[in-house]
Amino acid sequence: MAAVAPEKRGTEAPPVAGPQRGRRMSTIARRLRIDRRYMPVVGTFVVLALILSVGGVRYDNFLSTNVLANLFINNSFLIVLAVGMTFVILTGGIDLSVGAVLALSAVSAAYLLDAGVPAAMVMPAVVLIGSIIGFLIGVMVHVFDVQPFIATLAGMFFARGLCFVIAPVAIPITDETFVAISAWDTWVGGQWRVTTSVMIALAVVALAFYLLHYTQFGRTVYAIGGGEQSAQLMGLPVARTKVLVYVVSGTCAGLGGLLFAMYSRSGYSLTGVAMELDAIAAVVIGGTLLTGGTGFVLGSVLGVLVLGLIQTIITFEGTLSSWWTKIVIGVLLLIFVVLQRVLTLRRT
Amino acid sequence: MTSSETAERPVVQMTGISIEFPGVKALDQVDFRLFPGEVHALMGENGAGKSTLIKALTGVYGIDAGEILVDGEPHQFSGPGEAQSAGIATVYQEVNLCENLTVAENIMLGHEPRRLGAIDWRATRREAARHLATMGLDIDPASSLGAHSIAVQQLVAISRAMVVDAKVLILDEPTSSLDADEVAQLFAVVRRLRDEGVAILFVSHFIEQVYEISDRMTVLRNGGLVGEYTTAETDRLQLVSTMIGRSMEVLEDLHVSTAHTVAVEEGSTPYLQAVGLGRKGSVQPFDLDVYSGEVVGLAGLLGSGRTEVARLLAGADRADSGDTRINGVPVRLRNPRAAIGSGIAFSSEDRKAEGVVGDLTVRENIVLGLQAGRGWMRRLPARQVDEIVDKYVAALGIRPANPRALLRNLSGGNQQKVLLARWLATAPELLILDEPTRGIDVGAKAEIQKLVAELAERGMAVVFISAELEEVLRLSHRIAVMRDRDKVAEVVNTDDVRVDDVVELIASGGKH
Amino acid sequence: MREITRHALFWPVVALVALLAANTIYRPDFLGVTILNGHLFGAPVDILRNAAPLMLVALGMTLVIATRGIDLSVGAVVAIAGALSLSFIATSPNPGSVSTVLLAIAIALGVSLVLGVWNGFLVSVVGIQPIIATLILMTAGRGIAMLITEGQITTVTSPAFKTLGSGFWLGVPVATLVAGSVFVLVALLVRRTALGMLVESVGINPAASRLAGVKARTIVWTVFALSGLFSGLAGLILASNVMAADANNAGLFIELDAILAVVIGGTSLQGGKFSLSGTFVGVLIITTLTLTVTIVGISPLVTPLFKALVVIAVTLLQSPRIRESFAARARRRAARPEEVSV
Repeated sequence: MAAVAPEKRGTEAPPVAGPQRGRRMSTIARRLRIDRRYMPVVGTFVVLALILSVGGVRYDNFLSTNVLANLFINNSFLIVLAVGMTFVILTGGIDLSVGAVLALSAVSAAYLLDAGVPAAMVMPAVVLIGSIIGFLIGVMVHVFDVQPFIATLAGMFFARGLCFVIAPVAIPITDETFVAISAWDTWVGGQWRVTTSVMIALAVVALAFYLLHYTQFGRTVYAIGGGEQSAQLMGLPVARTKVLVYVVSGTCAGLGGLLFAMYSRSGYSLTGVAMELDAIAAVVIGGTLLTGGTGFVLGSVLGVLVLGLIQTIITFEGTLSSWWTKIVIGVLLLIFVVLQRVLTLRRT
Repeated sequence: MTSSETAERPVVQMTGISIEFPGVKALDQVDFRLFPGEVHALMGENGAGKSTLIKALTGVYGIDAGEILVDGEPHQFSGPGEAQSAGIATVYQEVNLCENLTVAENIMLGHEPRRLGAIDWRATRREAARHLATMGLDIDPASSLGAHSIAVQQLVAISRAMVVDAKVLILDEPTSSLDADEVAQLFAVVRRLRDEGVAILFVSHFIEQVYEISDRMTVLRNGGLVGEYTTAETDRLQLVSTMIGRSMEVLEDLHVSTAHTVAVEEGSTPYLQAVGLGRKGSVQPFDLDVYSGEVVGLAGLLGSGRTEVARLLAGADRADSGDTRINGVPVRLRNPRAAIGSGIAFSSEDRKAEGVVGDLTVRENIVLGLQAGRGWMRRLPARQVDEIVDKYVAALGIRPANPRALLRNLSGGNQQKVLLARWLATAPELLILDEPTRGIDVGAKAEIQKLVAELAERGMAVVFISAELEEVLRLSHRIAVMRDRDKVAEVVNTDDVRVDDVVELIASGGKH
Repeated sequence: MREITRHALFWPVVALVALLAANTIYRPDFLGVTILNGHLFGAPVDILRNAAPLMLVALGMTLVIATRGIDLSVGAVVAIAGALSLSFIATSPNPGSVSTVLLAIAIALGVSLVLGVWNGFLVSVVGIQPIIATLILMTAGRGIAMLITEGQITTVTSPAFKTLGSGFWLGVPVATLVAGSVFVLVALLVRRTALGMLVESVGINPAASRLAGVKARTIVWTVFALSGLFSGLAGLILASNVMAADANNAGLFIELDAILAVVIGGTSLQGGKFSLSGTFVGVLIITTLTLTVTIVGISPLVTPLFKALVVIAVTLLQSPRIRESFAARARRRAARPEEVSV
């Protein structure tokens, strides 16, 4: 007599579903085929690789660590914005306020520093401004059933208006601590320059990844995007999560403003006009479905890098004018949106 | 025989449950008992109160009177979440899971094992796989839910219910979009759970499935309890009769002279001819002829496929097999517009979602179909609109007789008349009416019946669907009997055809 | 009395009157109109003239929103139309001639119509959500406008073209006349043809409309095309106003103002019933608000702050939850006397 099977009940059940033609076949197929959920991100990656290789072939110094390191340095605030936007879009919402909130945060930082408030207090305070605006938007969306589009539009107007109240003209940042923090950098591997902004941006990405994939809050974000009613019936905290995503997005916008203040060393009210569009574009190009429920924060980072690289290429080209950036982004958006449409059509 | 007889105490006992909505008594003094280790079917036609009873149990609705005991303790849940934590899980007809997430996540969402505060994905998948195995499901927990069939999704939903160790599992029409093999698979799981002592409340419109899986049945009608029966001791005819209720409200004499004589000449071409028309997961291929001047009734229980037949004929759903001919000429009814072009008008059973354009006026609603056919550029002249509207408001007795009133402010019966007017204004050759008399008052009902008879007399072909067999019998020249998504019989309606005969056909599936 | 307060336009009109009253208190001659050199002058005339481009854009937006859509690309179309017309005039041998100007206008309007048709194609044929479909043109459109102007702020001198934005006819600003005529034309179009009814039908109940045989695709396509065309016309007026094509800033945020005007005017973003007169009032509110901020001496840059307050107030007043609590309070108040009498 052999040892008693430990899980008798489980072995009793005959396998009744799944392809009967052997599991080995299906696991091989599974290994070769990419999961459909990753398809859009893979698309983004391919586009990124294409741009890199085109750039590498056409220009001598394109594939240098210098260019790539600068890509992160120049886009750190956009990465943070796109991360926040990803949360909102994953639930099926949209946040138009982030550009203006970024400006408000940057302007507030410059104003407070100018007024002599120590940097150690200013930095968390301006991030908090973003969180508060995000919270108010979340309450409008969830409690008062205002459409995200309109609620965040109001948030955008509000923040932009406040910017001009605080700083009708640009305020330069001269606070020593702040300047020192923003000027700090280190060379990874001796060649790759990393600034405070880049460190913060990457930390935000890591934190967002953890939140989205390893906490119940994150999984609820995905579940709401997959079907709000289903999420409710599954007993998930839908209301709280819906408010929280706007808080996350607002906080990211606040932090983005801080990074922008570090980047530009000033606070200017017209900062970040239409930057919400760049963030949305990065998220969409990064493979997140605007209907919600599908997408990855790392995809959004890739999306930002694609946008940044397009800019870099156009700079390298020299003869191409800057407006091509917008046209190319528009075309990329079109391609990705149509591809997404085809993917969702095939599923149904 | 059933375990209910051996169990001492019901896991759920509902006594004297009443729920009132404005103007309607949705449940009136209903008693219901559910024992561990039984499959209990909840039966009833539309409006019987099945879903209200389930929602009362799961706390979606509060009850106005009565008592709910779970495990002998009085309970009043505030919502599905609370019911779930008390061990009452529900799996709905449209699977309420998230297709964008993996199978494992859908099973474990909210109950994932943690390590250092973070979700432990490996343990989560392992846990999910264990639950899937007890369901007899061999699928990859890491695959996304959307990649699986509805049947598998249904089983995943049940797995989720079992994660919280449900003692009561409510299956609300779980089989409505499953094929035979999938149903067998689902039932295997249901039986296993029953044997493990789970109490299962099963709602289905498929008579055979109820007989196959259930131990006992509770029948509701018009919000009231008809009775509790042991399935094995109740024959199908008895069940269908109690569900339909032989003594339904008796309509006053309508002066409707339903010419039961065959209105069709031998050898003439039918106006509409459907040959092997069908749609996967919706209705089995069927043949149906409708002649001009004839009323064809579709009889069958809710979910029998009667609505699906109407939708295929009207181009509302696209058929994936078979052909249609109009006056002998093949046509493809790709969409409602194409059907309208072929002289077919279709009034949907879902008046609110698919008929009424509430914020438009009566006048606009009446001419909507006619105007849609002309396109936006060629507006109907105001005078012509006035004529049409006045004609139908008077002819159908639409109240209030104010064409400028918003349709949503009219009563159900008058909304229905406006929709009828919309279709009659397009001067159709074939009028398909799906439950035109549901939820409207007796007077309006009689008027609509009378109108249908008159239209047929004047040469219109009519397909008439109603849950009330008396009504179908009174109006139809021929009756097609539907059951379990299949056309099972067709009878010429002579004077000696009785409601009982049709009930028997529905119950037996025409296999006599 | 209750009839009046219940009217959909009651609160918007109250807001407008309050704004005008506040201005009159601040500057008693605010509502005065004088005739100078045969032209009408005064703040009301300014409001009507400044409102013209927004009015045009908001007209198209109203129809689009009524079908449950939204058009984010209108600002980009404004920029493209301005860029096209001025670049054409600048490169033509005879910038001042009427025929050149008419040809420039025709080209700009033609292209705007095509852009609207493009949006309509993405929405009604490809089936992309309106907000995304028009986001594409919103992003790429400004690039295209800059491509046309080659990144310069193209300035031209063409009195004939200048008339459109700054001229007067019979004492009334031409821009106002143009926007007014288009408003009347659209009002006639939607009510004299079946467009208005079918637009509302599609917006209120798409499923019922489909079963009734309404060709939703044509309807949606048409309203997007109109939105493009009207935005183009707005772009021409704005370009003619300053006689310079600024691809970056022309029509910036006009989509948001237009959506705001539509919502203030009582057309729900959920689609369905629309009110052109409501949109008209909404446009006047926004334009007056902008003018007020300038008159009171606040920097015009702070205007968004006031707009935000208006949006929040209006949307909260429209919020079902707030309405319910108001209704409940009214009911309680109505019920009280009965309790006393019992």
